[in-house]
Amino acid sequence: MALLEVKGLVKHFVAERSLFGRALAHVKAVDGVSFSLDAGKTLALVGESGCGKSTVSRLVLRLIEPDAGTVRFEGRDLLSLDTEALRKFRREAQIIFQDPYASLNPRMTVGQILTEPLALHDLVPPAERRERVAEILRLVGLEPRLERRYPHEFSGGQRQRIAIARALAVEPKLIICDEPVSALDVSIRSQILNLLRELQDRLGLAYIFVSHDLAVVKHIADHVAVMNLGQIVEAAEADALFAAPRHPYSRALLSAIPVPKPRAKRSRIVLQGEIPSALNPPAGCRFHTRCPYVIDRCRSEMPQLVADGIGHATACHRTSELPSSAAIVPSDGGFSPVLEKLVAAFSGGPEAVRAGGVSSLGTDPA
Amino acid sequence: MSASPLIEIKDLRIRFHGDDGRITHAVDSVDLSVAHGATLGLVGESGCGKSVTSLAIMGLLPKQSAEITGAIRFDGFDLLHTPDQTLRDLRGNRLAMIFQEPMTSLNPSFTIGDQIIETILRHRGGSRKSARQRAIELLRRVHIPSPERRIDEYPHKLSGGQRQRVMIAMALACDPRLLIADEPTTALDVTLQAQILELMRELKAASGAAIILITHDLGVVAEVCDEVAVMYAGEIVERAPVDELFASPQHPYTVGLLGSIPRLDHRAEQLATIEGMVPNMAQPPAGCRFAARCPFVLETCTKAPPPLIEISPGHLSRCLRAPLELLVS
Repeated sequence: MALLEVKGLVKHFVAERSLFGRALAHVKAVDGVSFSLDAGKTLALVGESGCGKSTVSRLVLRLIEPDAGTVRFEGRDLLSLDTEALRKFRREAQIIFQDPYASLNPRMTVGQILTEPLALHDLVPPAERRERVAEILRLVGLEPRLERRYPHEFSGGQRQRIAIARALAVEPKLIICDEPVSALDVSIRSQILNLLRELQDRLGLAYIFVSHDLAVVKHIADHVAVMNLGQIVEAAEADALFAAPRHPYSRALLSAIPVPKPRAKRSRIVLQGEIPSALNPPAGCRFHTRCPYVIDRCRSEMPQLVADGIGHATACHRTSELPSSAAIVPSDGGFSPVLEKLVAAFSGGPEAVRAGGVSSLGTDPA
Repeated sequence: MSASPLIEIKDLRIRFHGDDGRITHAVDSVDLSVAHGATLGLVGESGCGKSVTSLAIMGLLPKQSAEITGAIRFDGFDLLHTPDQTLRDLRGNRLAMIFQEPMTSLNPSFTIGDQIIETILRHRGGSRKSARQRAIELLRRVHIPSPERRIDEYPHKLSGGQRQRVMIAMALACDPRLLIADEPTTALDVTLQAQILELMRELKAASGAAIILITHDLGVVAEVCDEVAVMYAGEIVERAPVDELFASPQHPYTVGLLGSIPRLDHRAEQLATIEGMVPNMAQPPAGCRFAARCPFVLETCTKAPPPLIEISPGHLSRCLRAPLELLVS
């Protein structure tokens, strides 16, 4: 049984009301999204701003209520849970946000931030909470003595570690990572990605990873769902998708990934035109206004997401007729043998990851 | 490369004097030059001094707190000793800049047309009518659909990608010789990013302007730059033609950066990480500033600041252990 099973999720936000409060216009943020996620695996949701990927992640946690659809977590229907049961569910699923500066309370010490969930869910007796906080901090590569400090005393990467620690405190089975590394510098980003990977292996966590950075997605995800204007247009195993994306939108997205190799071989598809508004999505296929392969049928009839024999699903009328996409994703060529060895000097094992960012806190002269 | 570069920076140092009397060494002994029509990538992480360097070129650093020494020569001007009035004539004219966040750099209470026309009238004069014609032309050049209608819209009506294109149109209004682009695509989705990069390439080919592209994204650098300067803790640690830099980086920091980006071509279990933190720039270390985080560090590295030495023609590294291939063979 899948850990999480989402079927036909719909969320329309009211964008405009009449004088008397009647809804005049809706933003179709999420329109019929289905997927499932196994324990210990990572599903990435990708797409452009406004495609609904963040809304999906909030619906899954019931931070906002869907208009239609079902969300099953370990077989239980989340939408039928009462307040008490929902509170219990929150122990099992947590979320980490993009901005580690905004998601931690500046008036609480790290110790208080991490004790709060323990107390709230009554997980650990008061006398043992400090020991547990120390344990969680070590788990994310921070020294326990830092628990008396406030968020502003930490760097961005360390704050994101604290946010991860807070999510881990309740021993969840699922963590939703909403652009968790987008606000971080390159070298810090790799530390956090390594940490997420390592925690997944060690604790058997499942992740829903929301990101617009496709190289990061390729690195971390087992499955990928590509979203456009509130709908999934393609869903597949990460390796299959990056080897040969099928939907024209996925092709364009993946062909545009900037790679760290000058004159990389690529056949970039530059989409013309603007992203249509989710307020008034185009009829038929929602991608047809920007699609280079559009035919008449696409303008009137909405394609269904259909999976092939190996579970690679595409929502496009022309899936079988499109040209091969084998060379769509640019190639970065990897490293030369010399560079490979030099880089290896930087790659520590898990121990080094855990120690990262700890030793030199407090560069202040005092 | 032509005989005399368009812009030449010599021994640029920038110190900030804080209210509490603390002095921060933001930029130290930076030497750079960009030839006519070339694109230089200035790469580094938050706080490395790349944006401060570009603000110094533009003359936009606060005079009370920023102490700038060295020389910036641009097109016959010594920018650090140019009267404010002359600087104002240069900015937006021969010297233009686009910023990361197009929403905060456009004035929300004027139409985009007003803002472009103002630039044209300020520097080129002429009638408002002809300036408006030129503004429409510029918007068309950056691929804004139906520019004769969109010119009268306010910034909030445009999408993020369109706003960035309006910023570019404004920067191009007076055919600049040098365009400084500070993280121009960072706030954009990958499809829009591709559009903007394509546009910058197109415009460079058409106008022959030189570009300084400031970014932390090595993927973007690989796509558009001819030469790259990597900055760390206020210094340039490596400078090379773009192919060289990616094929054979000669400073450990550059190696660490390249290793920490997820690659599309092979799936590594662990990414490289650069342990530790950037030194406190109120008291920069005596020796190499990267020494505390460097896996190849020797005792001599911490004694005196290493000079920027030429490893091969055009390829400079501030590392005592370069060439690095000797370390692993």
